[in-house]
Amino acid sequence: MDSTIIIEKSVIILVVFAITMVMAMYSTLAERKVAAWLQDRIGPNRAGKGGILQPLADGLKLFSKEEFEPDTKNRFLFFVGPAIAMSTALMTSAVIPWGDKFHLFGRDIILQATDIDVALLYVIGVMSVGVYGIMIGGWASNNKFSLMGAVRAASQMISYEVAMGLSIIALLMMTGTLSLREIAAQQPGMHWNVFYQPLSFFIFLICAFAETNRTPFDLAECESELIGGYHTEYSSMKMGFYLFAEYANMFISSTIIAVLFFGAYNYPGMEYAVEHWGVNIANVIGIAVLFAKICFFIFFYMWVRWTIPRFRYDQLMHLGWRVLIPLSIVNIIITGIVILRDQIAIYFGF
Amino acid sequence: MSTILIIFCVLAAVTLATAFLAIFSRNPIHSALWLVICFFSIAGHYLLLNSQFLAIVHIIVYSGAIMILFLFTIMLMNLNKENEVHKPRITRLGAVVSFCLICVVLIAVFINSKPIVGEYISTGEDYQSIKVLGKVLLNEYMVPFEFASILLLVAMIGTVLLSKKEKTEK
Repeated sequence: MDSTIIIEKSVIILVVFAITMVMAMYSTLAERKVAAWLQDRIGPNRAGKGGILQPLADGLKLFSKEEFEPDTKNRFLFFVGPAIAMSTALMTSAVIPWGDKFHLFGRDIILQATDIDVALLYVIGVMSVGVYGIMIGGWASNNKFSLMGAVRAASQMISYEVAMGLSIIALLMMTGTLSLREIAAQQPGMHWNVFYQPLSFFIFLICAFAETNRTPFDLAECESELIGGYHTEYSSMKMGFYLFAEYANMFISSTIIAVLFFGAYNYPGMEYAVEHWGVNIANVIGIAVLFAKICFFIFFYMWVRWTIPRFRYDQLMHLGWRVLIPLSIVNIIITGIVILRDQIAIYFGF
Repeated sequence: MSTILIIFCVLAAVTLATAFLAIFSRNPIHSALWLVICFFSIAGHYLLLNSQFLAIVHIIVYSGAIMILFLFTIMLMNLNKENEVHKPRITRLGAVVSFCLICVVLIAVFINSKPIVGEYISTGEDYQSIKVLGKVLLNEYMVPFEFASILLLVAMIGTVLLSKKEKTEK
């Protein structure tokens, strides 16, 4: 392998890592600002201008807090829990296409850490590993509330993963590929998948809420019943990691939604921009568009959190198994019929 | 080639070590976790064979499956007592014999599968890509594939049936 590729990929990985961290950091501030806005308050405004330094102050506070450990035999697992949560939250960003090809220094640069054939499956795989962080941490805490929270998180994620996988299958039948790069390239202009697969998008969105443990699906850390859920026993930066992982997950799942259903970096008039202003400028606009979409979905997560109350546990399971899974199977059947009709139409030349 | 060999050796060592630890650790949760690491290293072996699809599917399926194992361990076992269940000797002997039989079947499968892989290599097709895999599964191996899915479906329906409470006659 030639060294320029290694340098290029390392730079992309570093930048993506930094962006994910910064986005997660400022999501915590945005969350509090949005909450304040929805509740007619001002929100944090002391650190820096308009509270812009609040995330740094929070981080400093978490780092300097006392490290408390429960009396547990599984000290190692207690440490590993937050680490797994954080690393799986960051791993997903490796396969996301952040933009189209750049043409710099006489060569094409693809804004993607790695373009693997099975990118979408990779995302699902990493997500299913992510629950281990919560489960291990909750179990190793040696606390019944933590364990309850962890068991809830695990069963919720297992239930909603099924519906999520099935909703993606309908999308895959249409796109015919698992590579996120190709899926992004298939949605030029306004041909976004959401217009062709609205039901699939709807199911995927609900499941994404459940997978990130956000309200109305945050039964894992339901404070009125479980104190703090799986992170009850955690303090200092270990708890910070769990909270941070949640925001990183939110950013990544917003990105996945934007890439799968909302055309990724595509925007109407992209061809015009490529023709008149060149590839690179069109791409910069594309990246800005992608981030605008991502920010909208992060805002949507917060909007829902401060609007809709938490489900009851039986309602959650009912929604997952009896509503979303049958709906996504119906969606697969409808998609299949439409594809078959089109093929027959092509075959007989209608 | 040497780097691949080193990676293979490390992975193989991890696989074997974690597999033994999964059997020998007394705490059932620990053995479930060792099993997770074992399966992940097997996924690494698939990646070494350039089979991304199999590796990812392996992780998805087994991480979910072991999570359920984990939950069952927590819910059904008494974790305060580290009691070991002693199985009768005839059961253990039976387990060893059946495992050996499985090994014989597996060896037969591997010996037979080698020329098929060779065929795909010689036709120049990227036999690891999902498109080729899907076409092979649903054309050449259509019937076994459908049988496997029916088997899984039957198991699923059976579980649902068993877990439903029977209506008491009054």
